[in-house]
Amino acid sequence: MTPAARGPVQVQGEVLSNKRAGAYQHLTLVAPGVAERFRPGSLVAVAVGGDLSDRMLRRSFPIYRARATGTYRSTVEVVFPVTEPGDSWLGGLGPGAAVDVVGPLGRPYALPKEPVSCTLAGHAHASAPLFSLAERLRERGCAVHMVLGAVDERGLFGALEAKRAAKTVVVATEDGSVGMRGPVGQVLPGLLARTGSDVVYAAGPAAMLHDVAAAAERHGAWSQTALDAGNVCATGACQSCVVPVVGEDGVSRMVRACAEGPVFRGDRVRWADLGTVPEDTWGASRPEEER
Amino acid sequence: MSGPDLTTALGELTLANPVMVAAGCAGTGRELEPFLDLSGLGAMVTRSVTLDPRAGGPPPRAVETPSGLLSDPGLQGNGLQGFLATELPWLAQRQVRTVVSIAGRNLGEWAELARRVGLSPGVAGVEVNLAWPPGSAACRDSYQAGKVLGAVRRDMPRGVPVLAKIAPDVHHVVDVARAVVKAGADVVVVGHGLPGLALDRETLRPALGSGSGALSGPSVHAVALNCLWEVHEALPEVHLVGGGGVRSGFDALAMLAAGARAVQVGTTVLRDPGAPGRIVSELRQELDRRNIASVAESIGHAHRPEGEPR
Repeated sequence: MTPAARGPVQVQGEVLSNKRAGAYQHLTLVAPGVAERFRPGSLVAVAVGGDLSDRMLRRSFPIYRARATGTYRSTVEVVFPVTEPGDSWLGGLGPGAAVDVVGPLGRPYALPKEPVSCTLAGHAHASAPLFSLAERLRERGCAVHMVLGAVDERGLFGALEAKRAAKTVVVATEDGSVGMRGPVGQVLPGLLARTGSDVVYAAGPAAMLHDVAAAAERHGAWSQTALDAGNVCATGACQSCVVPVVGEDGVSRMVRACAEGPVFRGDRVRWADLGTVPEDTWGASRPEEER
Repeated sequence: MSGPDLTTALGELTLANPVMVAAGCAGTGRELEPFLDLSGLGAMVTRSVTLDPRAGGPPPRAVETPSGLLSDPGLQGNGLQGFLATELPWLAQRQVRTVVSIAGRNLGEWAELARRVGLSPGVAGVEVNLAWPPGSAACRDSYQAGKVLGAVRRDMPRGVPVLAKIAPDVHHVVDVARAVVKAGADVVVVGHGLPGLALDRETLRPALGSGSGALSGPSVHAVALNCLWEVHEALPEVHLVGGGGVRSGFDALAMLAAGARAVQVGTTVLRDPGAPGRIVSELRQELDRRNIASVAESIGHAHRPEGEPR
């Protein structure tokens, strides 16, 4: 691959299909150039509302699946809940509708060099990128185990697909309506003990990722967590979606979840300090310095 | 290629076209490189460089508002030394017309930033971010703004144009423009956002981590255009740059016609990273369609009575 073929592209995409998947919307876009560059964990950002839109920001989603050589050439798929007017506009588009697409963006999951045992943990629709990841891991000879969680049965995503994707599948709902009762973070330690996984890959809300990172650490496994910190431009230009992360040098910095992330090593993110600029962060100003 | 002449003179600078990317909206340049020929821009304004490294403000730093963006990123950056060591050389290497935005907390810092940035190779101009620090009145107070510009001008090497970026404040914009020019600004940029507030739907508290922020995007375009109009009316000799919600070639042309010699595209770039290139070609078409031979000819067009030669 030439260096130019590695970076993201901005393309005029087209809706191939748009359907409900349980509680979520499953959108497939023809977006030439994006799938060719895709790696599991990376994002795609789409403009919403068309040319006359009053919505200034793209909506960014982790890529569920990408196919570079399908019947419709290059397609990417995303899964999202409809929670606001931008999502609702996207969810209402019919086949053939034009969508401006930028991607793939962000740092993907790091894959192990050895065929190790991996546990993939996902919450609700955020689990989507774990299925492409599972495929890549299996290609490398890794044993793949999966735990999928949600608040209730309706909120689960991919529980059936998981049976094909993983050797072991554990389902957990917070209300106990199906599978084990409790959040993913609570059932994960048992699974790790059974599978002896060396790496944990996770996607979900920050609180869940925090629990997963802690469970992995207690078990002595590496963790790779994909964090959604509310991307604004999704290219890294605006520096809005920042989270405090500890670097190799032990220094905390505010880094962009869209560019240095969305995937971070779970033991590097200062989970308890999300949403703040901790005082010991590089470049943080002491209050008395201002004005 | 024949067609309208897009070059424009800004102070002692000649830009290949009048489309600039506004401070803070192009990141370090690297973020936009996949989508945009940076060297084809009229100029790129860097994110504001502070003397010391800054972690920036608490998130959330930006939220969407109708036709706009409310933000207060708090100038995260590597500080002057980091900027000069890594970010500026990268831009210079790619021959990007670079205007360096600077932000000082006091007159001493302004002077040091002016001196050290002004002496660096690859700097086409320096833009003074008068909206910093937050709460300072410099972008809408002529006395404060004049003091800052005086400090910057005194320490800026000759030949480096100084752009003063002021707020499109309906009550004070002409006075502030007059004050910064008197204190030595070569170009006035009317382009900061307007003070704004958005509340979180769940908590009913400020949606931004820092409380209030700056409103930008198409929602401020008409306000910015009017400010530009008034400054050009009052100070027709002063070189102006307009910013505020430019998202099409027509918006850019409107700013030129109101009196700007160049325009800055900001929030639009965050939605559409390829926008500056598109806006240049749309502007070319807009001029062509009206048989306007050059950008120079379009500047201030709206002020001239109908029928009067350009």
